[in-house]
Amino acid sequence: MIDLWFVIIAFLWTGYFVLEGFDFGVGLLSPFVSADDGEHRQGLQTIGPVWDGNEVWLITAVGAMFAAFPAWYSGLFSAFYLPVVLILVGLIVRGVGLEWRGKVSYPAWCDLGIVIGSALPAFLWGAVFANLLFGSAVAALVGGVFTLGLCVLHGAVFLALKTDGGVRRRSRLVALAASAVVLPLAAVALSSLDSLPALVAMGALAAAAALIWRRREGWAFTATAAAIVLTSVSVFADLRGAPLPGLTLAEAASGPYTLTMLSWIGLIALPFVLVYQGWTYWVFRKRVRVAVAPR
Amino acid sequence: MDALDLARWQFGVTTVYHFLFVPLTIGLGVFVAGLQTAWHRTGKEHYLRLTKFFGKLFLINFAMGVVTGIVQEFQFGMNWSEYSTFVGDVFGAPLAMEALLAFFMESTFIGLWIFGWDRLPKRVHLACLWAAVIGSNLSAYFILAANAWMKHPVGYEVVDGKARMTDLWAVLTNSTALAQVPHVVASAFIVAGGFVLAVCGYWLLRTRDGMWRGAARGALVMTAIAGLVVAGTGDMSAKLAFEQQPMKLASAEGLRHDTAGAPFSIAPGIEIPGVLSFLSTGDFGATVQGTEDLQQRFEKEFGPGDYRPDQAVVFWSFRLMIVFGLATVGLSVLGLWLTRRRRPMPRWLSRMFVLALPLPLLAVTAGWLLSEVGRQPWTVAGELLTAASVSPGVGLTEVAISLAIFTLLYGTLAVAEAVLLTRHVRNGPEEPQRAAVAERREPSLMY
Repeated sequence: MIDLWFVIIAFLWTGYFVLEGFDFGVGLLSPFVSADDGEHRQGLQTIGPVWDGNEVWLITAVGAMFAAFPAWYSGLFSAFYLPVVLILVGLIVRGVGLEWRGKVSYPAWCDLGIVIGSALPAFLWGAVFANLLFGSAVAALVGGVFTLGLCVLHGAVFLALKTDGGVRRRSRLVALAASAVVLPLAAVALSSLDSLPALVAMGALAAAAALIWRRREGWAFTATAAAIVLTSVSVFADLRGAPLPGLTLAEAASGPYTLTMLSWIGLIALPFVLVYQGWTYWVFRKRVRVAVAPR
Repeated sequence: MDALDLARWQFGVTTVYHFLFVPLTIGLGVFVAGLQTAWHRTGKEHYLRLTKFFGKLFLINFAMGVVTGIVQEFQFGMNWSEYSTFVGDVFGAPLAMEALLAFFMESTFIGLWIFGWDRLPKRVHLACLWAAVIGSNLSAYFILAANAWMKHPVGYEVVDGKARMTDLWAVLTNSTALAQVPHVVASAFIVAGGFVLAVCGYWLLRTRDGMWRGAARGALVMTAIAGLVVAGTGDMSAKLAFEQQPMKLASAEGLRHDTAGAPFSIAPGIEIPGVLSFLSTGDFGATVQGTEDLQQRFEKEFGPGDYRPDQAVVFWSFRLMIVFGLATVGLSVLGLWLTRRRRPMPRWLSRMFVLALPLPLLAVTAGWLLSEVGRQPWTVAGELLTAASVSPGVGLTEVAISLAIFTLLYGTLAVAEAVLLTRHVRNGPEEPQRAAVAERREPSLMY
């Protein structure tokens, strides 16, 4: 039961990194791949209907940690106190920026919030997990830069996949440039994870670069998503022995009654969530075009 | 001043702030869904204009509720790690259920509603809003069940210094929660009602358009009904507090000693004999425990220490909650009476609606202060003291930095939100002609 809940939590975090990964990338890139406000909004509208739902993967992952492994939850967030404060600040200004952008007189402030609020968590989640695994500032820096680069790449590919015209063209170039930066970073970051999934993740990133080059955007997105999944799997596989230094899963876990109850609830609810979130992506499956008459 | 004090301030500041937006999200969401349903049923265009108009105000506020809520979920682990480790087995379950069963629904379907105006069939689009709104209300239930457990822990045992859940159903049907959920949710409808009334009041003073009177009537009905629920469940809560949280009840009344036929104190020195006993038990002669006698009993049970919450805060927040809440509900009942049978809204009443905007927000804030300051010095009544709940590894500097950051950020955002809401209220709904043209170009609620 303890292992099952560890897998569920790893699944939720992984889902969060894949989904919010491209949200972060799109948030970071939208101002830079657009020539005017219409294109800027075109970029942001690719994540408009889904980013809030994507963020709930984080809320659920953290809630599940709280319920299933209280000592892990409290130990992790009190140990990484200030980085977590900054992540929260990022998520706040980003969320507000996205929702308010079309309704304020000075959208530049919202754009600033969206960019900073996307960059901070994209960097800091990597830094936090790298520090957790390797316990050094250098590792944290490498981890942070790697996840930041990965989010930019993932987001650029998503933009190329979901838009048309100028944004699509520029996003492809950004994705190519990003993979040139991310690949050497991945060589450092992923090789230190020293596992098969991490090795395959490297391959997926290389494949992504080639696929973008050949304009196979859908497959390129699959490849970047796979790279994130494999990286996350590798990280959680490493954490399984000791989710925090000096703590085992068994010590951190809630009692069997709570875990059983949560399992039933999760088993019943999760399929519904996956179905209706999947339906959202289906509804908004078309490429986003620039609005006919920009403001 | 130590880390504990600042951690408490941070929790207070961030939670009170969060709850300025939550009730508006809960209540206004249902109001907007009602408007859109009316449009769907009747096809009358002014319902659509009102849906778009209040929908925009709702979304401006929704964003704030969402982002300030994220902080809440991390804060337990960051500042209160001892608490989290102790309660996680029980308290974490409703939180996880809230995310899984409520937040996913709310966030996913609100996205579909905002961006789905021209992509979804009308009926499905309306259903998306209702799903999001139901998600919001459901989340209130789960978080309040968790909160109620802190004040009246049930369905658990303590094993190796940690709470272990033994009965999830007992946690979810805690009598304290069953009284608190309708109380808080109905108060959210009063906050939303007060907000809609203020907006309608502003426009009633400026135009003769009949749709504002109609919207105001809707809000008046909502507020008046919610007022009844709040009063009824408030009475239930008082009776439960008599059994479960006697110290809070005594502090709220400033009752120092066990008293038979205890009086209800309107303000210090003005008392109505027997009424407190009646309100808390239904019997004018019953004995209500007083703070000083309870203190002695608690010392005997739990050892030396001060088990009385801050008396002034608890006493006055109770009164402010009642006064501000009653004023809002009273205004709505008065409004319903004065506008009966197609009578127009008096101008002075419209002006009152605008002026009364802060009252329900003050009432819910006072209510939370009563509820949570009145719980002190415990985080989990009888099990864990607040002083023993704080994170041992987190220093004063760290909490001070985060408190400063959140206070600054929240302050700035509050001003921005107020400016933004005011501007959109002043701009008013789009003209019927323009709305139709704009709609073809791009739905107005998108980014």
